[in-house]
Amino acid sequence: MKSETTSGNRGLLQAEPLIFESGHATGTGVDLPAPKGGKGKLGGLERKAALDLPGFSEPETMRHFVRLSQKNYAIDLGLFPLGSCTMKHNPRLNERVARFEGFADLHPLQPASTIQGALELMDELAHWLCTLTGMPAVALSPKAGAHGEMCGMLAIKAALEARGEGDKRKRVLVPSSAHGTNPATAVAAGFIVDEIKGDNDGRVDLADVTAKLGPDVAAIMMTNPNTCGLFERDIKAIADAVHEAGGYFYCDGANYNAIVGKVRPGDLGVDAMHINLHKTFSTPHGGGGPGAGPTVLSAALAPFAPVPHIVKRPPPHAGEVLSEAKGRGTSAPATPPSVARDARDTSPAGGGGYELREHTDGTQAFGRMCAFHGQMGMFTRALTYMMSHGSDGLRQVAEDAVLNANYLLARLKPHFSAPFGDGPCMHEALLDDSSIKPKGVETIDMAKALLDEGYHPFTTYFPLVVHGAMLIEPTETEPKRELDRFADVMISLASRVNAGDVEFFKQAPKLAPMRRLDETRAARQPRLRWRRGQNDTGEKVAAE
Amino acid sequence: MRYLPLTDADRQQMLGVIGAKSIDDLYRDVPKGALLKDLIDLPRVQSEIDVHRHMQRLAEKNTPAGRTAFFLGAGAYRHHVPASVDHLIQRSEFLTAYTPYQPEIAQGTLQALYEFQSQVAMLLDMEVANASMYDGSTACAEAAMMAARVTKRKKIVFSGGVHPHYIDTARTACEALGLEIVALPAAVDDEAAVTKALGADVAAVIVQSPNVFGTISDLTGIGEAARGAGALMVATFTECVSFGLIEPAGAYGADIVCGEGQSIGNALNFGGPYVGLFATKEKYIRQMPGRVAGETVDADGQRGFVLTLSTREQHIRREKATSNICTNSGLCQLAWTIHMTLLGEQGLKRLAQLNHEKAVALAEALAKVKGVEVLTKRFFNEIAIRVPGNAREINATLATQGVIGGVAMSRLAPKAGMDDVLIACATEMNADADIAVYADALKKVIA
Amino acid sequence: MSTRYTKDHEWVKLDGDVATIGISQYAADQLGDVVYAETPAAGATFEKGADMAVVESAKAASDVYAPIAGTVVEANGALATQPDLINQSPEGDGWFVKIKVANKADIDGLMDEAAYADYVKGL
Repeated sequence: MKSETTSGNRGLLQAEPLIFESGHATGTGVDLPAPKGGKGKLGGLERKAALDLPGFSEPETMRHFVRLSQKNYAIDLGLFPLGSCTMKHNPRLNERVARFEGFADLHPLQPASTIQGALELMDELAHWLCTLTGMPAVALSPKAGAHGEMCGMLAIKAALEARGEGDKRKRVLVPSSAHGTNPATAVAAGFIVDEIKGDNDGRVDLADVTAKLGPDVAAIMMTNPNTCGLFERDIKAIADAVHEAGGYFYCDGANYNAIVGKVRPGDLGVDAMHINLHKTFSTPHGGGGPGAGPTVLSAALAPFAPVPHIVKRPPPHAGEVLSEAKGRGTSAPATPPSVARDARDTSPAGGGGYELREHTDGTQAFGRMCAFHGQMGMFTRALTYMMSHGSDGLRQVAEDAVLNANYLLARLKPHFSAPFGDGPCMHEALLDDSSIKPKGVETIDMAKALLDEGYHPFTTYFPLVVHGAMLIEPTETEPKRELDRFADVMISLASRVNAGDVEFFKQAPKLAPMRRLDETRAARQPRLRWRRGQNDTGEKVAAE
Repeated sequence: MRYLPLTDADRQQMLGVIGAKSIDDLYRDVPKGALLKDLIDLPRVQSEIDVHRHMQRLAEKNTPAGRTAFFLGAGAYRHHVPASVDHLIQRSEFLTAYTPYQPEIAQGTLQALYEFQSQVAMLLDMEVANASMYDGSTACAEAAMMAARVTKRKKIVFSGGVHPHYIDTARTACEALGLEIVALPAAVDDEAAVTKALGADVAAVIVQSPNVFGTISDLTGIGEAARGAGALMVATFTECVSFGLIEPAGAYGADIVCGEGQSIGNALNFGGPYVGLFATKEKYIRQMPGRVAGETVDADGQRGFVLTLSTREQHIRREKATSNICTNSGLCQLAWTIHMTLLGEQGLKRLAQLNHEKAVALAEALAKVKGVEVLTKRFFNEIAIRVPGNAREINATLATQGVIGGVAMSRLAPKAGMDDVLIACATEMNADADIAVYADALKKVIA
Repeated sequence: MSTRYTKDHEWVKLDGDVATIGISQYAADQLGDVVYAETPAAGATFEKGADMAVVESAKAASDVYAPIAGTVVEANGALATQPDLINQSPEGDGWFVKIKVANKADIDGLMDEAAYADYVKGL
């Protein structure tokens, strides 16, 4: 919006330059004791390169970031119907618990005796994840979903190598509807990708899978429910066929919110599945992370889980001290990795205890995914959430998520094109642009019009298997009145399309903090950082 | 249930509109037998009171670092994070926002990202930086893979000073791609040894400064040698506060500088979430992994920011992407930016100075303990000491005395042949009295 | 020699031993505003159908495949600073590479202008 005011502000929305434009390198908002001075041990390697970093007092810093925050849409503001992202409410109890001194002020390399509660918590989380999914083991260290995918694919690779088939089996089947991380991960893990077709019903084509199986197939990677928001009816048949052909089944767990507590992936023949704690288990999206991607593993893959493993030691004999040196993995009997537990161990932790096995010697672990032990800050939040809901609450989560998505589908499909709308969807509903494109309106235009209506739009142009996809996932934390309001808005926009008001859509947004941004210019002339002497003043830049 | 707004009346009404008899009607595609009839055998719903109590008990079974005389670093550092940082990152509009794919309603996230990228580039003295990686170890792995792409070569050489977890992490990712990892023997002060391993098949030499033993090094010669052999020099780090006082690798001509940002804005959190910093030269931006924000204008000519160069990423390039990374470290990156804004150049310099002084005092106090030798000659805030005995056992005994003396190198690398080496760190959070406590306790344990 | 086209929307113009290669108007239109093009270095050889170049718009990245086998003689240096040439003149100044053709007969299998126009109509 053009500036109608002298300040550039617009009521509550404040114009805010870059810190480099308003700050100076001598300001600071942190009081620290004065250094004593004295002989250093830097060996002459003092910094000579300019720093030029601006600093602000605390009140200025607060203002800067509060002003920026007001230009962001957020779940706490309204419905965030981004398909495949599961933008559910982020409970604040999670935030309180994560910040307990006993969790936040803990160094990952502290001696085992000082971190028993942390290891017990990870073990408890592992128990919840394994029990919910019906899988015997879980690798907790992956830092996000894509990292979890890598974990699962590397476990599969290790299993194949252990069978002597590592060189023979290089092909991974990936549906055309898969999220981009799937083929990217398969290639990063050293496989080649073979695309499988979808059928006319939005699901993976079983016949195409069977046709493409062979003795060189390592695995199939599937998402269930799939990226069109549909449950893969043939999933068991596909799993069986893949197993019979000697391959493994990787399941992308991004859509687990639809089936948590209702269906166990272990019952469907899954060998590995990553779980996005920042989707299904409510840890906050934070503007792009951090996430966590713990990966559940079948009995076939469990031995290959990456280190570290959490090992529970039985109580020692009387008088024996459990020292760190004795607990090392090299001298321990080979127990199944961590968090491989079948039944809740009810023996008291007193006397015995938890330890970390951090090296692969004596195990079949494929290696280490990252430094230290994983995203503890997300484990505390996710376990808090799971315990808050309980198994009954979590089942209700899935049911309400599916109910909300179907309700929106029912309200919208008379006014839009729902390519698979004849049957129920799962937690997300898919529309395509065939009802709007002929009238000159693209999916992106619909999305930008929604911005003015006060909504973050649905996911656009994904999955790639339909034209101009609009993928809508309300989640279970939306009340009915919010769904109705959103449906009313979508329906009124559909009417506007039918009335031929194309210019309205092409000019949107008009009310958001910014109008449409020139992404071509950003990519053609990449300016990825501030530099002194280059557009310092933040003044209006002439459009090309 | 407090997080579920639908009422039973709502549910009934909605089923009616949908035309389904029951919720399980919507699950009709689930194979027979796979749709669970009973609840899974886990505890039922609990109030905040009960969950809080349970989690509190677990937390109380841990000894927070601040309750001990604490001298542990080796990849994660205990620093003061100003109160306003944590307050700001908990604002709804930051905490519950998503990746800024719709830039018109995400300028808060995007501008903060652009500021972050700028601050990182300035701190590391590099041309461009990305919007963060998961952590320092995976950033290091990504740097190795990027070097392989840029040079079209397959061998990566690690110095004997790189953090063993970083080498192990890179090995896992790189060997899957068919790259060869060569890790030189652990060495307190020999980053330059990598130059001897240069050859026509080497894509990059990866060095660390300050390294895992705390040693800081002038990397100029290594950079020149690498360039002469057609390889890249990747410089990694675990303690970014160091660059408030010492030359960053960018000044030594590094092609990629990457490492851990946790020290700024982020608590120890038992190992995660952290924030990986990644910076490189402008000529390599199209090979750089991860997201990046860029400047542009909107339809009215107003300056704004967008995610850009996305065509390198997985959601577009799919199997030909530069990396499979999607979600990165958003909120941790924001915390880093806010803390760095509060510090500014003056604050960062002073913070770094304090850290160095504490470490110098620590080194002096420990050198006075009979039988102890300080191995690190040039350092920022971390040192390696040789103790007369098994370092792991000595460290465990120190813990029973309320002193967390550091970490034994043999815990990080059991085969390094350094069973008597302990890595200790001091930051601005260490009281001088703590240093005396440590020295006394160590003296007693050794005796 | 008239221009020939592939099903992947590359065009080839042969002049003696050297063929100029680029992407068609249709491809450029589909891509939208081109932001970047990556071309191979002189001396690089390609089999027919191999990955030869990449062209990026803000929202998509497309591979350009070698329509015929050969060795790169020259890449269009102007594309580095003016990627929009590909939008303005995809079949003229927006060319990608000139290659020394390995086997001239390869060209015969490709569609001529009329056949390509029909093919595009059917998409």
